[in-house]
Amino acid sequence: MTRAFSGRPLADVTVDAAVRGELEADDVRIHPDTLREQAAVAEAADDERLGANLRRAAELTALADEDLLRIYGALRPGRASAEELAAVREELLERGATRCAALVEEAIASYRRRGLTR
Amino acid sequence: MGDERSGRFAALDSAAVNQDGFLREEHAAGLVTMSSPADPEPSLKVEGGRVVELDARPEAEFDVIDEFVARHGIDLAVATEAMALEPVQIARMLVDINVPREEVVRIGRGLTPAALARAVALLRPAEMVLALTKMRSRRTPSNQAHVTNRLDDPLLIAADAATAVAFGFRELETTVPVLGDAPCNALAMLIGSQVAAAGALTQCSIEESQELLLGLRGLTTYAETISLYGTEQVFVDGDDTPFSKAFLASAYASRGLKLRVTSGAGAEVLMGAAEGCSMLYLEARCVKLAWAIGAQGVQNGAIEGINIAGSLPRGMAEAVAENLMVMMCGLESCSGNDTLMSQSDIRRTAHIMPIFLAGSDFLFSGFGSVTAYDNMFGPSNFNGDDLDDYLVLQRDWGVDGGLRPVAEEGLLEVRRRAATAVRDVLHHLGLASFDDARVEAVVAAHGSKDLEELDPQIVLDAAQGIVERPVTAVEVVAALAATGHAAEAERVMGMLRQRLLGTYLQTAAVLDEEMNVLSARTDPNDYRGPGTGYGLSPARQAEVDGIRQARTREDLLGEFGRPLDGVAFRELGDAAPGTDPREVAVGVSPSFGAEINWTLSGQSVWEALRQVLAGIEEEECVGRVLKVRHTIDVGLIGLTAARLAGSGVGIGLQAKGTALIHRRDLPPLANLELLSVAPVITAEMYRTVGQNAARHVKGAPLKPLRNPYTEETIGARYHASTVGLVAIERSASQPGAAPVDLEVVR
Repeated sequence: MTRAFSGRPLADVTVDAAVRGELEADDVRIHPDTLREQAAVAEAADDERLGANLRRAAELTALADEDLLRIYGALRPGRASAEELAAVREELLERGATRCAALVEEAIASYRRRGLTR
Repeated sequence: MGDERSGRFAALDSAAVNQDGFLREEHAAGLVTMSSPADPEPSLKVEGGRVVELDARPEAEFDVIDEFVARHGIDLAVATEAMALEPVQIARMLVDINVPREEVVRIGRGLTPAALARAVALLRPAEMVLALTKMRSRRTPSNQAHVTNRLDDPLLIAADAATAVAFGFRELETTVPVLGDAPCNALAMLIGSQVAAAGALTQCSIEESQELLLGLRGLTTYAETISLYGTEQVFVDGDDTPFSKAFLASAYASRGLKLRVTSGAGAEVLMGAAEGCSMLYLEARCVKLAWAIGAQGVQNGAIEGINIAGSLPRGMAEAVAENLMVMMCGLESCSGNDTLMSQSDIRRTAHIMPIFLAGSDFLFSGFGSVTAYDNMFGPSNFNGDDLDDYLVLQRDWGVDGGLRPVAEEGLLEVRRRAATAVRDVLHHLGLASFDDARVEAVVAAHGSKDLEELDPQIVLDAAQGIVERPVTAVEVVAALAATGHAAEAERVMGMLRQRLLGTYLQTAAVLDEEMNVLSARTDPNDYRGPGTGYGLSPARQAEVDGIRQARTREDLLGEFGRPLDGVAFRELGDAAPGTDPREVAVGVSPSFGAEINWTLSGQSVWEALRQVLAGIEEEECVGRVLKVRHTIDVGLIGLTAARLAGSGVGIGLQAKGTALIHRRDLPPLANLELLSVAPVITAEMYRTVGQNAARHVKGAPLKPLRNPYTEETIGARYHASTVGLVAIERSASQPGAAPVDLEVVR
């Protein structure tokens, strides 16, 4: 059974619930398990890369909107020092986002070599 | 060259195509489409599971794009096998119906960018069409629309979004002339998109962070303008890296939003940093990167860069080759055709043809569904005023271009519902107020120039309100329900529920109007040669065929059989040979003045006949009218009349207006004078036919009578009617029946 991020069953995400003011933002956000299921669907169709993206996405469901925007900003060229990016990596690891942290780790090495850190 | 000019060249100079710019290839500047001497030789070296050389570049020299492609963009499990193939072998796999799409994709993912580009560059255009047919990810083709306007008028956005969906578009993309307006546009389009049918996806193309924010709020359902570039310099100038884009892709997915990336030829050249490489090779880097970051699809096919690619040899072919590379990596193709690439209608139509014939996941990555001046992306290659052309092209070729004919009355209703719903929601949420007159003006409008200017502050305030409160899609649903728009409330909620299901995150996903997800997973392209793959269902065929302009015989009877005012024709007895040597007989066709009362020129049959009779009389001869019932051939009608005329000269006059002069001693096809182009025959010319027939009787010199030649498409314009009118004549004719005298009753 599909559930929202909040745990609310999909069947209870209705117009009536919206009218009654019952639906919070997390009631219309995707659940990480759903993303992992879709990752498995992609992998079963031999698309490992889409699968990997959806698994990173599952990790990122734990982050608030503002955090997503902030980390995206830090990864843009010349925005963050290597140390700041390392802090982002740590933060991701703490939130259980190991795949995303690995991506940031690769970015740090690449940015250093290509002069893309601040 | 002196002052001497060729009239032929002067005319060619003024042709629309000569408003386009054309360039000679210049490799160093990257002004080259399919291949350049600076393109690297394809190569791949792997040591211990790690790529240490990619396309002739050692690891130590990798730029940020090489790095990402080397780490994630090559399927190392098949790379050895794939890179061992000659480019021509891969090219042949693309067109070999015995090699399944999945097998080509498997190989494609193991290729380096240079190897990928080299293979597709070998295809000839017709081979590309076959390859596209086989390789697109989704079986059912689809189409995307641009929906924007100069004013960012939210009611017009909604009405035009509803219009686009009515025509069949399944993805709608908006953008803004004023960045601050974006949230208001996104909200208006979210609602407007769900009026004519359920399930169309919407996006708002703006700066990356702000676009993400709209998605997070639930005001959009997908993102597309996540740009990738083929050189590091341009990528960084674009304020991103492959790593930041990879993170962005995951961020969108983390909120259940579909995403594709955008690339395409020309960006690197325009930024002066193409590194001397061909457009195709640089795009191959983007495509491999797109797959590497885990995007489900790519918008390419040159996009805005088509104006650069199109100025060079093989530019159109390069654009299609880009789409093909995307498909070879098993990605969704959103196939360009979204920038007006020429002032020439011939050229811009030629641009769409390969994708149009082959079909694609999205044939246009923005058909300009609004009128060109309202397209804030700039005019698309096809725009709102081209919709009928496109619908006719679908019918001409029997292909599914994703669109369908729409009835005018139904469209007005859909536009009214959309504009009213957005007006009510904005009012309910205290964001803006618009009166009924504005709604009605929007419903009827062709574009924003038909509307009174809007105080820009109204839209900005509404947009700011949406951001600051913030207004979420849930509140939009509640507001729709509270203001009596129950159907739209359910549909917008349906789009929110899709975000929880996540099934439309799969490759090439669209929602059909019953909210089924059609994707590479649920609806994979299974083309394997003639008789396989997507074909139009009988219902869809009927829809494509049923353009509003197509007419039936009943329609023609209604139009050309409209009653005559104040004149009728009465058949008398069998016509006897005349004896008056001044008698000119006018033979009219079987349906003349009966089933058919109006000629193709818009004159009544009586007007044509009256002029002919007056011309005969002016030359002191006597007119006599016969109905020739046994034949519909105007020559035989004229000859029959001539044989019954006392003078031996007759006139044949068909109900549709064709006229000729005949003489009794001539063979049927050898008439004296013929006015064959019925649609352009004037009253004066009918009079001259009468006069000249009489002059033949008298042996007097003839008045000049020329068919009026014209540049108009007489054939295309009238042949459909002509065929119908001939059929009516045929069924009115009575083989074996003798001619009768006809009395004009006034």
